[in-house]
Amino acid sequence: MAIVLEMKGITKQFPGVLANDRISFDVEEGEIHALVGENGSGKSTLMSILYGLYRADAGEIHVRGQRVQINEPRDAINLKIGMVFQHFMLVEPLTVAENIVLGSEIKRGPFLDYDRAVAEVERLSESYGLKIDPRAKIQDLSVGLQQRVEILKALYRGAEILILDEPTAVLTPQEVDDLMEVMHNLRAKGTSIIFITHKIREVLAISDRVTVLRRGKKVGTKATADTNPQDLAEMMVGREVLLQVEKDEAKPGEDVLEVRDLVVKDSRGAYKVNGVSLTVRRGEILGIAGVEGNGQTELVECLAGLIHPESGQVFLGGKDITDWPPLRIKQAGLGYVPEDRHRRGLVLDYSIADNLILGLHTEAPFRKRFGVQDFKAIRDNAGKLVEAFDIRPPYPHQPARKLSGGNQQKVVVAREFDRNPELLICAQPTRGVDIGAIEFIHQQVVAQRDRGAAVLLVSAELDEILSLSDRIAVMYNGKIVAVLPREEADEHKLGFLMLGGRLEDYKAGGGNNVAG
Amino acid sequence: MLDKAKRIPVAVVLAPVLAVLLALIVGSAFILTVGESPFSAYKVLLQESFGSMRGFATTLQRATPLMFTGLAVAFAFRAGLFNIGAEGQLYIGAFAAAWVGFTFTGLPKIIHLPLAVMAGMIGGAIWAAVPGLLKAKFGIHEVINSIMMNYIAYFLTDWLVTGPFQGSTMIPETKRVAASATLSRLMPPTRLTTALYIAFAAAAVMYFLMWRTKLGYEIRAVGLNPTAAEYGGINVAKITVAAMAISGALAGLAGTEQILGLNNRFIQRFSPDLGFMGVAVALLGKNHPVGIILAAVLFGALQTGAAAMDRLTSVPRELITILQGVIIFFVAAEYLFTRFMKSKGEA
Repeated sequence: MAIVLEMKGITKQFPGVLANDRISFDVEEGEIHALVGENGSGKSTLMSILYGLYRADAGEIHVRGQRVQINEPRDAINLKIGMVFQHFMLVEPLTVAENIVLGSEIKRGPFLDYDRAVAEVERLSESYGLKIDPRAKIQDLSVGLQQRVEILKALYRGAEILILDEPTAVLTPQEVDDLMEVMHNLRAKGTSIIFITHKIREVLAISDRVTVLRRGKKVGTKATADTNPQDLAEMMVGREVLLQVEKDEAKPGEDVLEVRDLVVKDSRGAYKVNGVSLTVRRGEILGIAGVEGNGQTELVECLAGLIHPESGQVFLGGKDITDWPPLRIKQAGLGYVPEDRHRRGLVLDYSIADNLILGLHTEAPFRKRFGVQDFKAIRDNAGKLVEAFDIRPPYPHQPARKLSGGNQQKVVVAREFDRNPELLICAQPTRGVDIGAIEFIHQQVVAQRDRGAAVLLVSAELDEILSLSDRIAVMYNGKIVAVLPREEADEHKLGFLMLGGRLEDYKAGGGNNVAG
Repeated sequence: MLDKAKRIPVAVVLAPVLAVLLALIVGSAFILTVGESPFSAYKVLLQESFGSMRGFATTLQRATPLMFTGLAVAFAFRAGLFNIGAEGQLYIGAFAAAWVGFTFTGLPKIIHLPLAVMAGMIGGAIWAAVPGLLKAKFGIHEVINSIMMNYIAYFLTDWLVTGPFQGSTMIPETKRVAASATLSRLMPPTRLTTALYIAFAAAAVMYFLMWRTKLGYEIRAVGLNPTAAEYGGINVAKITVAAMAISGALAGLAGTEQILGLNNRFIQRFSPDLGFMGVAVALLGKNHPVGIILAAVLFGALQTGAAAMDRLTSVPRELITILQGVIIFFVAAEYLFTRFMKSKGEA
């Protein structure tokens, strides 16, 4: 197949870091080329150079055999290169058609010819198999559909080479499936796609070739068919990685968390949790699977005391903790890794050391008499945890903002795990975290279970649920629709339940599954 | 790593200094338009405000209330609250201090003066706690409420000094406070009083409270990320009220100083916008106690030098107002500038 894009010896130096070190990269016509690497490996920088957002210090770019200069995005667009960013650039109150033609409007006199714009968008969405209502307003669309609008926007501008920057990071599993289908359709039409991701599963599911970057250098390019998960993980991390979590059989003890008929409304007054009952026992991991937005967030925030329930009860170690304030629940033995570390888990402008005492700051040893803080204790604690949890760079006085996502998450994990809580709630514990840190966090979760903690794991990643949980509950529309022992769960069955299917109606695919 | 830890404070100190220097340059242009030499005008200004012990004392005397209001605004700001109601808190604190001063006569100074000062702080604290409470309970923005509280304070004190507490004359002011409730002068005939020491102590207390205690940890956490603070078991509502109350107590001290150190009675609408000047002082002082003391001294010096410049040169005293405005402009611009540099650096 013909090579449509070739980048040769691309080098980009930022103050203190060599982001791209003589990287060469090419894309064939009508291929999906996955570009993978951990955070900070240089993949975004490389693509930003291709799209004209940065200029390379050295190296050449060839498009369709011609050497080109790309100084700004306009140059890239003229070369039929389109890019869909992680953060969408859409005007929310405007319609799909208006957004797509924005900047190159079809005009009738001085006015936008809206009907023709709609027709144009319909034609485009038809020919690429990207279903969308051109007259819908952006603000009424789901994230997955908004992304589709971004893709259509690039296609409308004639893109033949499409860069998708971590497109799956913001999507639910179902939306990921839809996106994969869209990518298939585009490839069939001859569009070349550069697919940036750090999820190995997705690479294997859809790409034709894969290029791995690590710390600004290219590790290699391989045909996807010639590689496997273990191989890719090692290329990304630079050492052997345990993709499968090693753990022994759970030895569950007594109930630690008991939730009875919990009903929770969100801040807008909508019922998000509609009568949830569940128990988590000492020494087991209960995983809650579900498409995001089915009440998991509200359930967990309610258990942590951050939202008051409408009705129902919560017991922790036999004590009724319903309506207790967050601090008291923490002191009663809750460790809690929140799903959004920037919003909840960290004060980004506080140092690592100060973040490591958030929620513990009211007690000894961090608080002395008369409410004075004990800085030696705070320093010692930080020194100990930074080492034990391998937080890098290991400078406790540095603001948490300066850390990578994985290391920020390690700060939260260190703080919540080190107290050896009775009940540990982990919500999306490895979101936006690179593979090395995922492996570490998973091991720590299992270690907490083995120590005797009751662990409640909420995750949108089915892989994570399946590899860590001892029992799996499926949450749909604010209710727990099924609780399965790990042995009786598989991806297919969970996917069926997560979409609202009933366990009784499930037809086992492989024969191993026993409907319970 | 160590060098990086040191680098940040340098930038923090450098930026306000730069803002002041730039303001002086812009001021020069104005001085030139009235046909005066900027050097001689600034020289007069400097000589008057720093050239003699007496001038310096006046500078400090004018700086004292600004230290209090600057600290007040900064304290609330650290909790993420914009206390634009320092002016009203100042009036209520001032009236409370005056009332104790002229009511409880016959007490020894060692009891009467602290009592009057306490009253000033409590008055300001209560006045500021109201918008704090409204914010904590109902989520009503503190800027709106504290501005409205200013007007209530103006008209309430208007009524008090023209009605029930008007002194014997027809002038809208209260009786004089007893001598036992007045602050001692440090350097007569200048009007510099022991209030300066109280201001230094207030700055030290703010520093200690904010960066050495659990309360300060919680206040700053609420200011930087209220949702994370809530997650960390911090009672955001309680901290909001507490931070506003402490801020108000500091503003109340400014009013107290004006009564017990300067005017010795409550005169209707006595404050030359000291509360609003506090916003500028806090901004220039980077919401840090040391910076606020320095910024207040600078503003005090400008005011002290203004009269002399007006008298000895053809530069009108209004130049000082221009300088103050331009300083604030550059400090604000600096925030934009650093943000710009940051986005460039991260790119």
